[in-house]
Order: sequence, then structure tokens, then C-alpha cells
Amino acid sequence: MNRIARLLACVAAATLPLAAQAHHYWLLPSSTVLSAPQWITVDAAVSNDMFQFNHNALNVDALAIVAPDGSRLAPENLGKGKLRSTFDVNLAKPGTYRLEVVRGGVRATWKADGQPKRWMGNAEAFAKEVPADAEGLDVSESASRLETFVTVGAPSALKTTGRGLELAPVTHPNDLFAGETATFQFLADGKPAAGVEVTLVRGESRYRNQLDELKFTTDKDGRVAVKWPQAGMYWLDADLEDDKVTVKAAKRRTLSYTATLEVLPQ
Amino acid sequence: MRNWIHVASVPALLGGAVGSQAMAADLAVKLEIPRLNVAEYHRPYVAVWLERADQSVAANLAVWYDQKSKGAEGAGSKWLKDLRQWWRKSGRELQMPLDGVSGATRPAGEHQLGFSDGKAPLGRLAPGDYTLMIEAAREVGGRELVKVPLTWPPKAAQTLKAAGQHELGAISVELKP
Repeated sequence: MNRIARLLACVAAATLPLAAQAHHYWLLPSSTVLSAPQWITVDAAVSNDMFQFNHNALNVDALAIVAPDGSRLAPENLGKGKLRSTFDVNLAKPGTYRLEVVRGGVRATWKADGQPKRWMGNAEAFAKEVPADAEGLDVSESASRLETFVTVGAPSALKTTGRGLELAPVTHPNDLFAGETATFQFLADGKPAAGVEVTLVRGESRYRNQLDELKFTTDKDGRVAVKWPQAGMYWLDADLEDDKVTVKAAKRRTLSYTATLEVLPQ
Repeated sequence: MRNWIHVASVPALLGGAVGSQAMAADLAVKLEIPRLNVAEYHRPYVAVWLERADQSVAANLAVWYDQKSKGAEGAGSKWLKDLRQWWRKSGRELQMPLDGVSGATRPAGEHQLGFSDGKAPLGRLAPGDYTLMIEAAREVGGRELVKVPLTWPPKAAQTLKAAGQHELGAISVELKP
């Protein structure tokens, strides 16, 4: 396996719900609500504890920064340390910026000469590199989206792409306040995703004894209503498994959506 | 407009007011910025506005912020978001500075503001229940929001009192029909 595929595999493994039991991954912006154009800095990491750099840096090769007008910005001062990646973004225009890391791929496990084999890569490489008649071949696809939002001035509308599991804001993600209820809609390939479990964990979990997870299940319209118990930076995760695959050998697809949301005090 | 005058005249008539109209109602606000014994003191940003019963903004009355901060243009407006409720309710939709509303930060002490019905920035308010909101946020300091409920237009002269705990001191609101 070449280096890129291995890198992909490492990061994608962290995005797969089955493999991600132990580690969470996240983007952490220095600000989410701004009253004048300015720089922000963002950390990206993989860890157990919310927003604590204590495991691995997140690979942000697939990072996209989408400006309010839909144009793309390049991150500046991008650096990768042992425990976190960091980058700066110059938010020069009013409106809402979306920072996203979107990934997808194929995962396969099989046995060769009695030894378990694991493979991760894109669909094209899969056809070339994984023996179609391998013993006990198990193939799945994954699609994950990691994102956060930052607004300069008034929040602007956010567009969904219609691919993978996404959050369609009913309440704008930069308009969240403790004690109030926010409504979010989850879409799978653009259609309301009912019955999806959504988990929220407030940051600074290292300063308390319980995770205090908030769990919700989307209704028939794919919606959840979250009443914020207190201000803070929250990590949101939603996972879904379906059979909408593109690779013939794959039996299932795992979809994951992860976001960092800031809830302000009243 | 015609509608409003009609409706607003009713309380005046019912109250047997001598004055012919309710048009001259006044709203005077006295607010105190407390003197704080802190190592690094910056004058607070302050916003004063009126909210309707549904919490929408009826009028922005005052916004004190650092308009002349050196550095990049809008350097002082960088901290307007710290007036968290005002920013969310109204500030983020506005282009600063606001004519007749915004001004420079003010020192510790008592400050008087006067507003008249029908005149900017109060304008003509539909009769009803309102809340006067006073929010203060201080660089390297705290933030505080004080709310004073009132009914407009006032039927009789009235003084409403409130007080902040740390970033705002005594607040008094005088209403005159």
C-alpha cells in the first residue's frame, strides 16, 4: 500500500463508527462569532477527551474552507504536530464560513493463508488491490463529514451538498445559546434521515467525572431539537449505516457526521 | 401612521389626561458605570435598546464602543460581539457607526440619555409592553445585562429603578406621558 493510501486508512479508520469507539476527531476554531473581519486559528486533532490534544494530530489534507459566497479559501500557516494540526484562516467577508473535512472510501477485510488482512482506499484502487475471490472478504464503504462554522457579522445561509450524512441547519449553528432550543435536520444523500442517533458532548470533559453525553434520535423528518443545558463548545456526532453502495462487492455503507458547535451564555 | 395616532390617543383619553395628545411622551434613562478598582481598566462597551414583548428589537437607543481604535479599520468593532445579546438581536445586522445612536465609550459615573416619542432614535412605538435592555461588556472584565420592563406610552409619570451587580450600577428610567 502506498503512503497516501496508508494515511487515508489511518484517518478514515478514525471516521468509521465501528473503528471509532475509542477516538473522536474534531476541529476547534478559536472563535465562532465575530463582529469584524479577522483571523481565526483552528486546531484539528483526534482524541478521547473533547477538545484536549492527547492522542493524535488530525490529517487535514482533505480540508476545505468554504466562504459565504461559496468560494474556497486556502488555510495559512498549516502545521502538523504530534498531537494536533493547526491552521489560520483570514475571514475577510461578512457571512458564515464552513470548515470541512469530507472523506470517503472502501474498506475490506479478508483472510490470506489464515492471516487477517485489512485494506482501505478508494473504489478504483479497491478493484486493483483487493482480490475479488479472497476468503471471507468483507467490504464496506464509508462517507464522513467533519465540520465547524464561523460567522462574521450576520449569519448567512448554509447549503448542503446532497451527499453523505449532513446537517441542514434549522437553527443556524452560530446562533446557539444556553437554555434555548436549537433544531437541526439530518440528511442522508439529501433526504431526511429518520431514526439517527445524535450524540453531543460538551468540551472540557477532563474537568468532570461523567461525560454527560446528550443523546437524541432524529424524528421522521430527520430532525432533533436540542435544549442546551449550558454554554460551551460541543462536539456533535451522528452515525448511520445503509446499503447504498457504489462498489458492487460492498454490502453496507457507514455514514458519519461530526461537528463542533459553540453555545454562548445568555 | 394615522392608525397609530388613533390608538395612542385612547389611553390619554381614558386617563382623562389634560394634554391633547400622547405624542410627546419621553423616556429618560440614567445609567451608572461603576468605578472599579482593577489593575487594568477599560471603559465598557454599552448598548441600550428596546425590545418588544416577542423579544424583537423595537429601537436601538445607544451603543458606546471604541470607534477610534488604532490599527485596522473596524478594530474597535472587533469587540462589539461581546455585547452578546445586543450583537445577536440587532448589532450583527447593522452597519456601524449608527447615526444618532452610536458614540464613544464613556467613563465611570452617571450618564443621562433622553429620548422623545416620534423622534429618532426612539421613533414611534406601537402601544404595548416593552423591555429596556442595557448591556455592558468590558475588555479584560465582565459582562452584564439589565432589563427594565415598561409599558408604552406611559399613562402617568413614572420612575422605574433597577441595578446591575458588577458592570453596571444604578439604573433609573423616567417615563413621562
